[in-house]
Amino acid sequence: MGGLLDILNAPSPHRLPSTIARDDEHLLVAAARVGDAAAFEELVNRYEGKIFRLTRNITGNHEDAEDAMQDAFLKAYAHLKDFHGDSRFYTWLVRIAANESLMRLRKRRPNQFSLDEPIEGDTDLFPRELEDWGPTPEQKYAQTEIQGIVGDVIDRLEPEFRIVFLLRDFEELSTQETAEALGISVSAVKSRLLRARLKLREKLNRHFRQGAPN
Amino acid sequence: MNCKGVIRELSNYIDGDLDPVVKQELERHLEHCEDCTMIMNQTKKTIEILCGSQPVSLSTDVRSRLHAALRQKAGQKPT
Repeated sequence: MGGLLDILNAPSPHRLPSTIARDDEHLLVAAARVGDAAAFEELVNRYEGKIFRLTRNITGNHEDAEDAMQDAFLKAYAHLKDFHGDSRFYTWLVRIAANESLMRLRKRRPNQFSLDEPIEGDTDLFPRELEDWGPTPEQKYAQTEIQGIVGDVIDRLEPEFRIVFLLRDFEELSTQETAEALGISVSAVKSRLLRARLKLREKLNRHFRQGAPN
Repeated sequence: MNCKGVIRELSNYIDGDLDPVVKQELERHLEHCEDCTMIMNQTKKTIEILCGSQPVSLSTDVRSRLHAALRQKAGQKPT
């Protein structure tokens, strides 16, 4: 099936102007909605790396991450007609992938976390570890080491905080979009995000404080 | 605003989601509180570092399985 991709890949002068080609997500989605499988595959090519990073970060498990990513794309394809363009296609995809990942995480860790349980009080909020990081703490490490540290601190964060952080800060969903994706209130998103950010700061502090071994 | 108040509003401040009067109070506190300024800056840095990681490259196997499943769903023959 050719369709839209033939147009996008056609040599100049038949190729679409570059500004349209760069911002062609809505064209690809529209083509996929009317059955252009190649257009959908192009969307998959664009987002598979980001979606796999998300499913990996939520599940903390390679096998579950692969299954969640695959099922997210298959569900998105099957339900394209339900996507009305109210949000970006990628945001819609993130919501599906987050739910697929959560399902698998809950299966592996039943009763271990709840997204809608209220967080009691704020007595534990004030950070316990306060040490100077210096101006460019990340330069203490090589890029591959930084990737290892990032993966490690995110994995060690409790799931009920991790998922909110991933959707809000990593995937840049709005507070409202995150609340809708997870089926929790806006205030629950905000309180979990605050705790997630503070906990992550504390975890990074162990690596970045001046004098810490690297 | 005291230190606890700053920490409670830290996330909203980073997200630009504070009432202007509260924002001003918070910034006034930061001007003279080194601890809260350090926490604020380190929290911003945390988000910057953690969110700056690159998308994962899919291995050839994972990618093949994903695209094969999609083609099967779409009723296409593998190319």
